[in-house]
Amino acid sequence: MPVVIDHRPSKAEAPRVRRDPAPSRLTYRLQRMWLTPLYRRVVRVGLPAFLLAMLGGLWLADEDRRAALTGSIASVVTDIQSRDEFQVRTMTIEGASPVVERALRAMLPVDLPASSFDIDLPALRLQVMQLDAVDTIDLRIKPGGILSAVVKEREPAILWRHQRGIEILDRGGHRVASVTSREVRPDLPLISGEGADLMTEEALALFDAAGPILPRVRGLVRRGERRWDLVLDFGQRIMLPETGAVVALEAAIALDRAEDMLGRDISTVDLRDPSRPVLRLGIDARNTIRTARGQPMLDADGRVIAENEG
Amino acid sequence: MAELYQTQRAMRNIRRAALQRGVIGILDIGTSKIACLVLRFDGTGTFRETDGIGPMAGQVNFRVIGAASTRARGMRRGEIETMAETERAIRTVVAAAQKLAGVRVDHVIACLSGGRPASYGLAGEITLASGKVGDHEVASVLAACDAPDFGKNREVLHAQPVNFAVDNRSGLPDPRDHVGNKLFCDMHVLTVDGDMIGNLVQCIRRCDLELAGIASAPYASARASLVEDEQELGAACVDFGGGGTGVTVFIKKHMIFSDHVPIGGNLITQDIAQGLRVGLPVAERLKTLNGGVEATGRDDRDMIDVGGETGDWESDRRQVSRADVIGVMRPRVEEILENVREVLDAAGFDHMPSQQIVLTGGGSQIPGLDGLAARILGPNIRCGRPLRIDGLAHQLTDPSFSSAVGLALFAAHPQDEWWDFEMPADSYPARSIRRAYRWFKNNW
Repeated sequence: MPVVIDHRPSKAEAPRVRRDPAPSRLTYRLQRMWLTPLYRRVVRVGLPAFLLAMLGGLWLADEDRRAALTGSIASVVTDIQSRDEFQVRTMTIEGASPVVERALRAMLPVDLPASSFDIDLPALRLQVMQLDAVDTIDLRIKPGGILSAVVKEREPAILWRHQRGIEILDRGGHRVASVTSREVRPDLPLISGEGADLMTEEALALFDAAGPILPRVRGLVRRGERRWDLVLDFGQRIMLPETGAVVALEAAIALDRAEDMLGRDISTVDLRDPSRPVLRLGIDARNTIRTARGQPMLDADGRVIAENEG
Repeated sequence: MAELYQTQRAMRNIRRAALQRGVIGILDIGTSKIACLVLRFDGTGTFRETDGIGPMAGQVNFRVIGAASTRARGMRRGEIETMAETERAIRTVVAAAQKLAGVRVDHVIACLSGGRPASYGLAGEITLASGKVGDHEVASVLAACDAPDFGKNREVLHAQPVNFAVDNRSGLPDPRDHVGNKLFCDMHVLTVDGDMIGNLVQCIRRCDLELAGIASAPYASARASLVEDEQELGAACVDFGGGGTGVTVFIKKHMIFSDHVPIGGNLITQDIAQGLRVGLPVAERLKTLNGGVEATGRDDRDMIDVGGETGDWESDRRQVSRADVIGVMRPRVEEILENVREVLDAAGFDHMPSQQIVLTGGGSQIPGLDGLAARILGPNIRCGRPLRIDGLAHQLTDPSFSSAVGLALFAAHPQDEWWDFEMPADSYPARSIRRAYRWFKNNW
């Protein structure tokens, strides 16, 4: 208790006025309005959405601002895409011949180094697959900025001579490359005729079966897109049936072994009907037989030479 | 009576519309406090078996989603004294309850305790022309009840058919399809002061609310605090309010008598304030925290600090013993109970088959009241708490909220009243076009 009590009107606190706890009529009405569901939804969702849309619309109404916006977005995108982490610097190619490798490098749509976002791998793959020499290709971007291409090339298996030139085919009959002459690839067997490329499997089987007479074989000719003729040197040919060509060829080779059939003057071995092989003799043999029989000789075209003329 | 019939019917329609919208407010305007409950009706009784509340009295199809109570203002003896003050109190409590509920309340059902209620038992009888009771005959017999002169400016608050009888078969709750020659009915009518209802309607309208129903507070609290057996076998409910004490007698689930003793808890507070020379708030605190009616030897030594903020230090540091407080309260409580006894005697409660008396309302929380009441009113006394309803907070389940809870039950399942039946066509006021239309509709 202080000794002297200060009774002067103090500056401490004004007497507190007790506030009326009742809401005023305006507050009450506003509160009730706020509790109305529709009004509440309009104010809380509709109005902000409308304001946002209006502001956005007004801002975008100007052409320059739209251009600036799209430009800034594009620049941000390129900034990110051209970051060092996304750069592709080198391209490694495995399993491709130098020609294919050069073609692959030429096909790459961008100059390296480039961003990996600019390289469309599926499109590039489809483009590369259009190269005839490529069988499969595995394209991927490896860490470290390497575009790796693992190529499996088609293996040349056969030469196909047709009216427009000579092509190299693989085992499945798909074109690998074109060649100018047969001498470029003397190691490959030769086929010819329309539709021969569709039957390369059978042709290769026939070449395999022709083992002993292979040095004499000039090639296979597809006749009428239906059956094969095996052409030997000196113009001899073996006409093979439509089905069972390999068996028929093996039969002809067996005959050749036993009788040295192909060493004789026979122009054609007709095996088109496997049950009834037919031989066509050469002109010399026929003339020898004719002279022995006392008949007039034949000329190279098969016509009888008149006595009076000779 | 036709005008009243129309207004009550209109209120019933508003109530039906409110139930369809699913939200209805309960406004219990008492002398000492105003309570507001916001009920959500979902129709199918989805809220079940939570909190141990079973489908007892049909209270399953609603749930309390907001509740608030505040000090009443501008009220005296259950009547509105200062309209603006009462309107502010209603605004306060409705705003708080709405905020809690999160929905807007447009329709309220209100109750009032004062207005000098007077109950009448009316009887009517008609001859059954068709020999069979139908809806039309029920309406006719209700309309045929001979109403006494209620007095000037009295309004009918409740008009409930209590009993029907066909020839000599009495005690029928629903006489329809009975065969007989004569139909009798007993109707209980409760009238209150018309101006008071007008004031209440005006107050509620000024708060932008629509009145969907109006009930008497003693009736509502009896519905909440009498259990079903007591309502069926007969019981009296004594509602100790702030401004007055309501007495209701129920039998066969119908209110048959209601009266009002204009002495309540506020008068007890006033006695304490005068007897101990303290302010009314201090007296109210002393009554609530330390009140009682049975003094014991220990209460003499139980000294209570009077407290207060009067500025007089000596006065504020006084101490009174608890026996002093009890000594002030007891005569007034005895006076209330004796008045209740007189009311019950006047109603003929002695002749009822069951003498059960249930004490409810805020004043029934005085310790020892049931002992004192047993000596004055009769042996079968219990202190009643309102029925549990779904979603009501625990602090709002004490007896002082029984009339609010009863109003909620009233909102959910109102008992049949006279205006629930079609008025017979011949007692329509001269509306010849409608009558002609009816005649055409019935005959062509």
